[in-house]
Amino acid sequence: MMSDFLQFAVSGVTVGAVYALIALGFTLIYNASDVVNFAQGEFVMLGGMGTVFALQAGLPLPLAALIAVMGTAMIGIAFNKLAIERARNAPIVSLIIITIGASIFLQGVVQVVFGKGIHRLPAFSGDEPLRLLGATITPQSLWVIGGALVVFAALYLFFTRTITGLAVLATANNRFAARLAGIDTDFMMTLSFGVSAAIGALAGVLISPITLTSYQVGVPLALKGFAAAMLGGMGNPKGALVGGVLLGVLEAMTAGYLSSHYKDAVAFIVILVLLSVKPQGLFGLRTVNRV
Amino acid sequence: MLVVEGLRAAYGRIEVLHGIDIEIHSGEIVTVVGANGAGKTTLLKTIVGAQPVAGGTITFRGENISAVPGFRRLARGLALSPEGRQIFTNLSVEENLRLGAYLYTDTRVDKDMDDAFAMFPVLREKRNLNAGGLSGGQQQMLAIARALMGRPSCLLLDEPSMGLAPLLVAQIFEVVKSLKALGVTVLLVEQNAFGALSVADRGYVMETGMIVLSGTGRELIENPRIRESYLGL
Repeated sequence: MMSDFLQFAVSGVTVGAVYALIALGFTLIYNASDVVNFAQGEFVMLGGMGTVFALQAGLPLPLAALIAVMGTAMIGIAFNKLAIERARNAPIVSLIIITIGASIFLQGVVQVVFGKGIHRLPAFSGDEPLRLLGATITPQSLWVIGGALVVFAALYLFFTRTITGLAVLATANNRFAARLAGIDTDFMMTLSFGVSAAIGALAGVLISPITLTSYQVGVPLALKGFAAAMLGGMGNPKGALVGGVLLGVLEAMTAGYLSSHYKDAVAFIVILVLLSVKPQGLFGLRTVNRV
Repeated sequence: MLVVEGLRAAYGRIEVLHGIDIEIHSGEIVTVVGANGAGKTTLLKTIVGAQPVAGGTITFRGENISAVPGFRRLARGLALSPEGRQIFTNLSVEENLRLGAYLYTDTRVDKDMDDAFAMFPVLREKRNLNAGGLSGGQQQMLAIARALMGRPSCLLLDEPSMGLAPLLVAQIFEVVKSLKALGVTVLLVEQNAFGALSVADRGYVMETGMIVLSGTGRELIENPRIRESYLGL
């Protein structure tokens, strides 16, 4: 009994860590620009696919992963410069539609360049499972969870301890005032897209040994990450973490105790109910402005 | 120090500044008074680069800065404490002040923050609270203090007395006067013409995007037309 529960919890937290990373990507871009970036899932896909092909080109795994993450960050920056920044004065809805366009475009390019095949990455430290209180944990799960923790810790320090992090928050809070304070708000946008793309790509690198990857893995992951971000409260990094892990565990428990057919349904029903009670999500800010 | 010549600005096709000429000398307190909608806020926004120049020039410390991006003008010494305060409501009081000194990383930042707290002791008490929870008067103090953290040689103040209780209004005007002693040149925009003209060395009167009158603070207070239109006397 207990070992079953633990088993489901471990796989839930593993998947949840990936959702949390994707939700974090949504949150960073949303904070800097009010845009919900539906191309976020493609960053995950590019991270996984990029690593696969860099590996096939003969590079060692760490280097291949690094190149994929850096390359994806560049694509994120280019996406901001070439598409979002140019439409800066368009309504937010138009910007969101641009991100959907970018998502389709990136899938198309990868499909043409790398083909439609499904690929797998080798696990980073072998496939020998570890045993813990009757549950088995693959080493790759630990990589995923550890990777997510490192990313969240690093971003926490960035936002609370550095003036650049504070400037990103200021840009999100009040762009006009941020510029008056001498902050280059366009650069803060670029930074947000770059970091967000890199985090998405890292999630893709970490999860590909478990879930496999292909040109079309991005969209479902983006939807889950978006749901996780909404659940935790859009725009709050802590919400992204809690929302992601919660969604992953919810799915795993449903799949384990009910049926894997229902796991998406149950997850989304819980989100619908929660959002109807608490529309701003678990940690969403209800901004109070005094006049 | 700041010379504005033939300045024009427009929102879309609607021109709201029709060729403004004003000049502010180093160490002065100069005010621009006028009714709501005269274009005073647009004038300040254009000077700091938050609104594009449609014609004319802005010369600051001998350099034409009309084409300098807005976020680079603070580094040259121009700061604006904007209308409606525009503080960072989700961040703490201290973080707001720290961001005012975004351009600097030296030890003077801490000293400047101490000075800001000395000027507005209530901000020290609330330094760790969310700025969005401050009262209107406290937010105004924070907006001025944050602008000062940027070490401006010329500070533009947009309606600092707006919406404040009379006692606070008097306190804000005292602060404006004290800036002179700190060597900060001040351009003050106000609807409260009497308060502004009382602290100012010189003043301009603005109507529908044009300067219609100028003189020393005393001259303008004593001008019959001003007394009738703006001072209600």
